[in-house]
Amino acid sequence: MLKVVTIPLLLGSLVGSPAIAQSPTYGVGRTPTAEELRRMDIAVGPTGEELPPGRGTAKEGAQLFLQKGCIGCHGAAGAGGLAPALVSKQGADVPVWQKERILPLRSPYATTVWDYINRGMPLGLEGTMTPDEVYSLTAYLLFLNNVIPEDQVLDQQSLPEVTMPIGDEFGKPHEFKLNAPRLKGYPY
Amino acid sequence: MDSKNSRRELLKASAALAGGITLGLGGKAQAQEHNHAATPGSENGSPMIHGSQEQIAYGQRSKYVTSVRVQHPIGGRPSPDVFGKTFHIATPLQDSVGVITPSSLHYVATTRGSYLPDIDPTQHTLTIHGLVDRPLTLTTDELKRFPSVTRLHFIECAGNRHNGQQRTVQDTHGMTSCAEWTGVLLSTLLKECGLKSSAKWFVSEGAEEVKGASSIPIAKGMDDCMIAYGMNGEPLRPQQGFPVRIMVPGFEGIYHTKWLRRIKLVDRFYMNYNEFGHLRPEDKELALGEQIGPKSVITYPSGTQQLPGPGFYEISGLAWSGGGAVKTVEVSTDGGKKWSRAQFKTTPQRMAHVRFGYEWRWDGTETEILSRCTDEIGQRQAMREEIANWWNVPFERNYRVPGLDNSIMPWKIARDGSVTNGLA
Repeated sequence: MLKVVTIPLLLGSLVGSPAIAQSPTYGVGRTPTAEELRRMDIAVGPTGEELPPGRGTAKEGAQLFLQKGCIGCHGAAGAGGLAPALVSKQGADVPVWQKERILPLRSPYATTVWDYINRGMPLGLEGTMTPDEVYSLTAYLLFLNNVIPEDQVLDQQSLPEVTMPIGDEFGKPHEFKLNAPRLKGYPY
Repeated sequence: MDSKNSRRELLKASAALAGGITLGLGGKAQAQEHNHAATPGSENGSPMIHGSQEQIAYGQRSKYVTSVRVQHPIGGRPSPDVFGKTFHIATPLQDSVGVITPSSLHYVATTRGSYLPDIDPTQHTLTIHGLVDRPLTLTTDELKRFPSVTRLHFIECAGNRHNGQQRTVQDTHGMTSCAEWTGVLLSTLLKECGLKSSAKWFVSEGAEEVKGASSIPIAKGMDDCMIAYGMNGEPLRPQQGFPVRIMVPGFEGIYHTKWLRRIKLVDRFYMNYNEFGHLRPEDKELALGEQIGPKSVITYPSGTQQLPGPGFYEISGLAWSGGGAVKTVEVSTDGGKKWSRAQFKTTPQRMAHVRFGYEWRWDGTETEILSRCTDEIGQRQAMREEIANWWNVPFERNYRVPGLDNSIMPWKIARDGSVTNGLA
C-alpha cells in the first residue's frame, strides 16, 4: 500500500515540480553550524561582506612585513627576494596593464589583495594571521604601490571602497550560455 | 647462471616463502618447467616476472614501458621544486593510445605551486552554503550515497600552449588529459540544498594550504558540473584532488578545483586570486579564458619520433572541445593544401578527447602533417594566421593566440623520416 503512494511522489520530484523541489529529496548530510560557516567563509567578494572586523595601516604593515618574515622571501620593501615581487620594477606611474602581474594589483577590488594574503600567506603558516595583521599588510602593500596614502586606515568599510589602479579598464565577464561558442561571432 | 636456472631458483625461493594458498592452488602450475623454445621475435623465450607483494596488490607495468611525465614547460618552474612543491607536470601524449589517460600519467597543475594535501577521507567534508535554502555538509561517504554519474571528460590547463621552441607533443600539448570520472552532479546537490533564484555564480574552494578558489557561472553548475570522487575506476589520486574535486567540463583546468571543501552560492562574480590571473583588458579576450575552444593534435608521428622509411602509417591523434562533442576531424599531409576526413577510433563524447586515425602512405618526400577539428556547435580549429586576421593584428612568428591556444599544430617530416616541430 505504501509503495502505491510513494511512486507518484517520486515521479513528481524527478520531473522537477517546483513545489516538491523545495524540500530535500535524499535527506543525506547535515546542516553546518553558523560557527563552522563563519570560519570557512574566507572568499571575500567585491562588496567585502565576508570581511571580519579589524583595522590596520601601512605603518603597522611595514613592521609586520619585517616581524612575520615576509622580507625573507619577498625582499626589503617587497622586491629583490626569491618569492614574487610585490612592487613593480617599472615605477608607480606606469599603467597597470603594462606592469608585471604583481600582487593582485590588477584586480579591480582591493578585497582580492586582502583575500589572498589571508588565505595564502605566509608560506607554511597560511590562515594564521589575525584580521588586524591582514588589514595592516594589505595597507602596506597598497601604499608601496601608490594605491593608498600611508596613513589610510583599512577596515571592513574602507577596504572595499579603495579605488584600484585598473579603475574600470578591464574586461567584464560575459554571461555564460550553454552550447554556445565561447565568444559570439568568433568562429574558432 | 642462465636465465632458465635463475628462474628455477626464484620459483623455489617463492614457493618456500609463500604460504599455503600459493602452493595449494597455483603451486602445481608454477612448478612446471617453462622450457618452451624461444619464439621468433621474442629472444628470451618466456622469462617470468618474479611475483611480489606489489605485483599482487596493485600491479605494475612492464619494465620495457618507460613513458613518464615531465615538468612543464621544459626549463620552467621545476616540479617538484626545492621545497617539494608541485607546479605543472605534462602527460606523455606521444605514447598514448585510445582516449583514457592512465591516472598515474594524468597531467598535474596546482594554483601557485603547492604541497599535495594528504587528506584522510574520513575527516574531509564538503559544505554547500550561501544562496541556498538549506546549507549542507557532506562527508565523502555521504556524497557517495547520492545518485552517481560516470562520464569521460578531458581537463586542459590554460598553460597548454605550443611554440617553436618545444620538441615533443608532450611539450606542446601535454597539459591535457582525459579520464573517466565518477561522482554526483552538482545540480543534484544544489537541488537538495534548495538553490535560490538570486544565485548567479558559485565559488568552489579547495582544502590545500592556499585554498585555491574559482568563480563559476551557475548555468554551468546546473548543467554538467560534477563533484567527482572516482577516476578511472578507483578513488581520485591526491594529485587529482583526493578525496573530492569538481569537474567543470570544457572549462580551463584551473576551474576544476581539487581537494574540494566548499561551494558557496553567490550573486556576482567573485574576483578570487585565480580569477585575477584571468583578467584581460578587453571583454572579448576575457571571454576566451573560460571555455576551451576546438583543438586537436597529431600524437603519431610527432616531434622527435622517427619514421623508418616510406610506406604505410596510421596517423593518430586526439581532438577535443570545451563546446561539446567533436563533430569532425580533418588531416592534411601536404602542409595544409588538401584536407581529408579522419576516422574516429572512439565515439565522440561531450568535453572528452576523441581518438582519430588517418591512413597514410608516405612517399618519402619532405612534408608537413596537420590536423584540425570542428565541434558540434560549429566552432572550428584554425591556423594562427587566420586567428590573427580575425583579431585584425599583423601575423608574426611569435603571434600569441588569445585565450587558450587552440591553433593548428604542424609536424614536419624530413626526407630521413625524422619528425620535428613545424612551428620551429
